[in-house]
Formats: sequence, structure tokens, C-alpha cells
Amino acid sequence: MKINFKLNEKNISVDAPPMKRLLDVLREDLGLTGSKEGCGEGECGACSIMLDKQLVNSCLVPIAQCEGASILTIEGLGTEENLHPIQQAFLECGGAQCGICTPGMVMASFDLLKKNSNPTVSQIQTGLAGNLCRCTGYVKIIDSVTKAAETFK
Amino acid sequence: MTMQKQTFSSPIGNSVQRKEGPKKVTGRSKYIDDIEFKNCLHGTTIRSTIPRGKIKQINFAQDIPWHEFTVVTAKDIPGQNHVALITTDQPFLADTDINHAEEPILLLAHQDKILLERARQAITIDYETLPPVLSIPEAVEAQTIIWGKDNILKSYHLEKGNIDSIWSKADFIIEDTYETGAQEHVYIETNGMVALANKQDGVTIWGSMQCPYYVQKALIPLFNFTEDKIRIIQTETGGGFGGKEEYPSMLAGHAALLAWKSGKVVKMIYDRAEDMACTTKRHPSRTHHKTAVNKDGRILGLDIQFIIDGGAYATLSSVVLSRGTIHAAGPYNIDHVRIDAKAVATNSVPYGAFRGFGAPQSIFALERHLDQIARKLNLSAEEIRRRNFIRDGQKTATGQLINEGVDMESLLDRALKHTHYKQKQRQFLDDNISNTKIKKGIGLATFMHGSGFTGSGEKYLASKVGIQLDRDAKIKVLSASTEIGQGTNTIFSQIAADALNTSTEIIEIFTPDTKYVPNSGPTVASRTTMVVGKLVQSAALGIRHTLQKEGYLKPTHSEVEFRQACLNYVKNHGELTVMAEYQQPPGIHWNDQTYQGDAYGSYAWAVYVAEIQIDTTTYETKVTNFTALQEVGRVINPILAQGQIEGGVAQGIGYALYEKVNLKDGRMINANMTNYIIPTSADLPHIEVLFEEVPYAHGPQGAKGIGELPMDGPAPAILNAIAMATGLELKSIPMLPEDLMKAFYEN
Ligand code: FES
Ligand code: FES
Repeated sequence: MKINFKLNEKNISVDAPPMKRLLDVLREDLGLTGSKEGCGEGECGACSIMLDKQLVNSCLVPIAQCEGASILTIEGLGTEENLHPIQQAFLECGGAQCGICTPGMVMASFDLLKKNSNPTVSQIQTGLAGNLCRCTGYVKIIDSVTKAAETFK
Repeated sequence: MTMQKQTFSSPIGNSVQRKEGPKKVTGRSKYIDDIEFKNCLHGTTIRSTIPRGKIKQINFAQDIPWHEFTVVTAKDIPGQNHVALITTDQPFLADTDINHAEEPILLLAHQDKILLERARQAITIDYETLPPVLSIPEAVEAQTIIWGKDNILKSYHLEKGNIDSIWSKADFIIEDTYETGAQEHVYIETNGMVALANKQDGVTIWGSMQCPYYVQKALIPLFNFTEDKIRIIQTETGGGFGGKEEYPSMLAGHAALLAWKSGKVVKMIYDRAEDMACTTKRHPSRTHHKTAVNKDGRILGLDIQFIIDGGAYATLSSVVLSRGTIHAAGPYNIDHVRIDAKAVATNSVPYGAFRGFGAPQSIFALERHLDQIARKLNLSAEEIRRRNFIRDGQKTATGQLINEGVDMESLLDRALKHTHYKQKQRQFLDDNISNTKIKKGIGLATFMHGSGFTGSGEKYLASKVGIQLDRDAKIKVLSASTEIGQGTNTIFSQIAADALNTSTEIIEIFTPDTKYVPNSGPTVASRTTMVVGKLVQSAALGIRHTLQKEGYLKPTHSEVEFRQACLNYVKNHGELTVMAEYQQPPGIHWNDQTYQGDAYGSYAWAVYVAEIQIDTTTYETKVTNFTALQEVGRVINPILAQGQIEGGVAQGIGYALYEKVNLKDGRMINANMTNYIIPTSADLPHIEVLFEEVPYAHGPQGAKGIGELPMDGPAPAILNAIAMATGLELKSIPMLPEDLMKAFYEN
């Protein structure tokens, strides 16, 4: 099945079985391996991406649902040479350790800050509760989001 | 104005940014499953569904094109069918005997993942079942023998003074038993390996791992190859915590066997369910304490029986047991100590390395026991500890003379003051009288954790590190120590840059690849910064001295001068590599037979304080505040060090309150993130991290180990706080709401 959508600001079209997970299409068909699979069942958030301005777990989205959609992945947010302020904050505050949760965490932070540009610590805690990190205890992630919010202001 | 020479402030003690950070925050880091291997096959594993028995027959259903598949059983193994580690009891693939559920029996590979999964489900196995041993008591009882002569994988006996002489002199003898459960690592990146294997090239492995040379050691006998024909390359690793210490050898072996038989590259990536159910977990434990105390709170003697469940094979249980044994008596000065320790075999999936390595288990028991003793004696939790702390010039349970200039009492005072401990305790007790719904508590734990391998371990390892000034005049660190999130790359560049008096940007870390890097030992035991970091420092100093001796560099230099010196040297002499090998600091002695001597080169010391509240309708316990104060020698990178402590504390909180491995007939039945709960950001309190820095003479720039320490303190501190809040002397973890409810009803 041919599916057309917008990915990181570019129009693209893929040919894939309708029930193939968006995560697999991104990783296997399109070579965008920034989104990770931590659980494959909607629990960990490592595969978080923005789909039509909504934060979703791409492991739960069949590609058929993406027809005409607009998708933003970690690859579209910033590059090593041109970091997005959230990425810059994660780098400075130690928000990434092993880094496997980081792309999803950054996307979730992006979604959070878009909805609330000045979140309290407890709003950050709730806002990121769908994204698991086993390395940081979340302290430095919360610092990163707080710092990024300051930059946004 | 005079021109000032550009000088460097040392990078030590600064929060230099994570070396591989830009790649990680942009999603550009390549973990094993992110790397494209063209035309590779995918591999999968058929596992036993029973805990103990014999394989009678393997059945292949009709409707699968089996000729398209690569099928590997024990019969296909070209060399020896055991995972070489400490002993050789564990096979790569079960041949006839099944010793635990989820034991690998057969491997399958195919290009099409969907077909592969269909085929996996189309294989069934007939067994002759045998009665399993599934708990510590059953293993000890030894009605059924499943390992060796007596189900005992390893035992230690440690004795200081004469415990039996003391019972009659004690005012009180206090006894109890404590239990801890298994814990799953839940690194967010599951285990994964890719292999290439054939006669000409030998075996090449890429994958997620902590210890490339362990994998090499395991694959040598599997293929009967020499070590130069087994090449292991670590790819970016998404967390380890001990879970990628020994298990990667198994998975690498499986991938290699499939690659060998198929002649193709084979990729094996576990999904979460398989990773949780089939790989190692923290050893469950059971500790019995019998303690002789004076009425003034002085502990006269500790008699400890410490048992851990090792699961079906020996794996690393002997060393986990060793660390747990040595830490069982804590940071206290006690004249008479006897510790009897055993690792027993059960028909469970083998337990393995997990941050803390046996110490969290025995420390939980001791720290809970001390609180019980304090309450019986009408002393405060802090007072009983204060009266027994070990001080410089006194000896630990193994007879090690402590001489680190660290004072536990002042650490305790600082922690009490900082947390307003006394005030809060009074206030919570008051609140608890008026508030029947919410009960609050505060508790503490005081402990120490040895850095590096136990006893003579480091001497036998004889780790090596190289620093290379390469043809492009770049400085490279060559070591097998892996970056698994804890910051190895960054710490090593800081240490090397400091030794070379240059900036961290010009230091590169070579990928851990056994073809190019020397064996700096495994990335475990909080040894990387302290032990391997010291070698990085020596080797870097070696480079600097050579450049100076050959006249390229003056005793003081600017960065520009340093770069120029490197360029000039390389132009005239070509590349330069300086190796450093571990030398045991003088005066360290250890006796493996008596378990007496200097167990560790140094210890990290800590006081942790937990504040909790319990909702008495839901029985949910929430940690509302956590303070972690520790002495870890010189802190090389504050943000990374804090991150290690915060992450460890979070795992400790999970260990105490959330994480329960549910086993049924030896199988984990909650092998998913929905039913095995690790803490989310909404579950955790702010974790405040405080350091005390007493430089350690033999660590690089005074640093000691840090990674495991934070796993030890949270569980006892939290359970001590629950005891304060409820008056219940709880003796086991994990303490989930249903467990707490049960405890309430039973009392
Ligand atoms: S992989 Fe999608 S939520 Fe875990
Ligand atoms: S940084 Fe490792 S899981 Fe979050």
C-alpha cells in the first residue's frame, strides 16, 4: 500500500503493508533510526514522535494511519551542528546518559514545552511520565527541560 | 600589556560535556539495531518451557518451508558447548538436560522476520519432566540435588575474633531474617548482537555489551579458535547496570553459531519480553542475623548467614556472593564477626551481575537489623550507628585496616543536619497521630562500598591501557572499558587531558574493539574511573614525558605548543603508543583462603536519608524526598557523578517499592513493562546528591569508584522510614502495596 505523508518537513511516499508499525517504517524503510524501540507496547516512550502535532508512541501507530499526516521525528528537530534548544539543554545539564531514551525524551519535552512554555517541576514530572529512563533518575532530565524552558522564554 | 601564555585550568572537577552527547541528543548515535547490515539474516531462539527435565523430541510443524531456515542445535557446535566464564557448567544450547525455564535449545535464522516468528511458534518440544528446585529453602534442604553434590555453587566462611565466646557476655541477643527479591535491569536498549563467522575470517561480533574481552573469552572454546580469530566490537550501548556483563557472551555465541552455519551475517535482537524473561537478574537473597549487643548499644558480635539464589548455573554467583559477604558487616567496628555465605543452585534462570553485586542484598539486611536493634534498646537509629562506626586505625570484618581519612560520624552529622532529620522525625510522629490516612516516615542507612575487584582480583586481571599519538597527531585512548551511559568516554578524556595539560576536545576515545584495544578488564565493579582511569593517567603522562625527553615539549606549554609538539614528533618518528599496566598499590594483601586481608583498595562511604509517605487506603508508599551524601574521593565530573548517584538511587527506590519479578514454575510471568514497574518521573522525589571529597592516593587525581554505591542505600533507608511510619518491622523487599497491606493485616 502506498502512503503519502510529510516527514520532517518533506513530502514523502512509502510502500508498506498497511499494518506495519510507523516505528518500523521510520527505522527500516526510511533509515531514520533515531526513534528507538524499548518495549513495542506503548509503555516506554523511546519511540515517541510528533504526529499531526500530537505526541504518539510510533510503535503503536499502523502506517496506514499516516496518510496525509505530518510527522516530526528527532532527526527533524536538530542536528549535531545545529542543536535544538532542548537538545542543547539535555547536553548541558546531563539529561542523556546511555542515550537510548533520549530521542523519545526530547520529543516528549518538545511536546510538553509547546503546550506549556513555563512548566513547574511537577508539571514536567507528569508530562514526561510516559517516557521511561533507567539511567538518570530523571533529575537531570527535569533540569534539562527547565533550562530549555528558560531559553524558550 | 604582557602577552600571557595560554594556560589551562584542569578539566578535573569540571562538568565537561558528555563526549558522545551531541550524537545522543540528536538521535544520531548508532546502537546495534540501528546499524544496517545488508542481506543479513535474523536469528531467534527456541527455549525450554519447563524448569527441569530432559528433551525427548523436537517437533517441526509441517507447514513451514524449513529448507529456507538455518537451524542450529547443540550438535552443530564446532567447539565446546559451554559459556566460558568462571566455570564451564552452562551450555550455549541445551543438548539433553534442561536446568531452567527459558533455557536455549535451538536457534533459527531467516531473512524474513515475520516468517521467522511463525517458524519459532511451529516448533514444539516433548520433555520428560523432573521435579525442580525453585527456592532458597528447597535448595538448602537438598532433598533434590540439581547441582554438584549439595546444590551449593559456592560458599565462604569469614571469621573475625571469636563469636561464640561473646553470647554469654551480651545484654541482648537479637535475631531475625531478611529477604530481598530478584530485580530486572530494564536497560532501555535490549540485548542485541550481530555476527559474522567463517573459517577464513574467524568470528566478528558487534553488539551491546559491557565487557568485550569476556565475550572473546567465551567464544574461543565455542569455536576452538585462537583469540586473534575472535574479534569483538562494542557498539553504542543503551544501559547495562551489570545486565550486559555476562549475558552478551551467550547471545554473541548464538548469533555466531547461526552465522557459522548459514555463512551469512546474522542479527539477533531480543524483544522486551525475551530480554526480561531470559536474561540475568539480581540474585534473590535471604540473610539471617544473630547479634550480641550491650545495653549501651555497642555491638559485640555479628553472626550472619547470607544465602543468595544463583539460579541454574554458576555464572558469576561466586563473585557476587563474595562482594555481598564482605559488605555484610557494614562500616562498623565489631570485634567478633562470623559470616557464613552460600550461593545455592535452583532451577531458575541464572541470576547475574547487577549494580551493587551482592552488596545491596546483605546491606539491606544489616541496615534493617540495626534499626530493629535500636528500637529494642530504645536508641535512635543514628545513635546505634554512631556507637559502632568504624574509624581510621580500626579493622573491618576481613581484618582490613581502615586508613582513608574518612569519618562516618561527620558524614552522619552532615546528613542529619542537612535533612533536618530530628525535626522532621518529631513532626512526622505528631502528624501521624492526627492524620489517620497519610503516615509519614524518615529513615536512614549508612554504608560503604568497595571500589574495584575484590581481593587479588585486580592483580590477576593486570589491566592494560594505551594512549596513542597517531599519524594525524591526534591523541587516542585505547581501552576495552566501555561507555554504557556512565560517562567513561568523558572521564577518560578529562583524565588524559589533565595529564597532558591540554583540552579534552583533542582527546579521542577508540571504540572498544578487541582487534585494536588492550584488555583493560571488564566494565564492572566501579573500577573504570579508579583503576582504569589511573592507567589512562599513567599512559598519558608517558606520552608527555616522551615528548619532553625528545625535546618537543617544554615542562609547561600552551595548547598550541602541545599540538605543534605532537605534529613534529609524528613527522619525525611516526606514531607513538604508550601502554600502562596495573600495578597493585603497595601494602595490599589478601588471602583468598581465609577471606582475610585488604578486600578493596578503597571504599566509598555514604549516608542516605529517605522520607516517605504511605496512603493507608491504597497502601501505596511514595518517597517524598531523598538525600544521598557520599564520600567518593575526588569528583572528576560533578554532573556525571551526580547522574550516577541519581540513577542508582532511582533503581534502589524501584528495588524497594516497585520492582517484583513474579515467577511461576521458574518462569517470569510479568516479563513486560506493563506489569514489571520501574519508576517513572512521576514516581520519584527530588534526589539531592551531596559529596564529600577526600582524595584517594591511588586513584587518578584522587578519584574512587562511584557507580554501584547508590544501589546499596535506598532500600534499607526506605524500609526503615516505613518502619518509623507504621511501627511495622518489615523484613523483605520489594514492598509493593499488596505486601504492605498484608503486613498491616498480619499485625
Ligand atoms: S517502544 Fe513504543 S512505547 Fe516503548
Ligand atoms: S539515558 Fe539511559 S535510559 Fe535514559
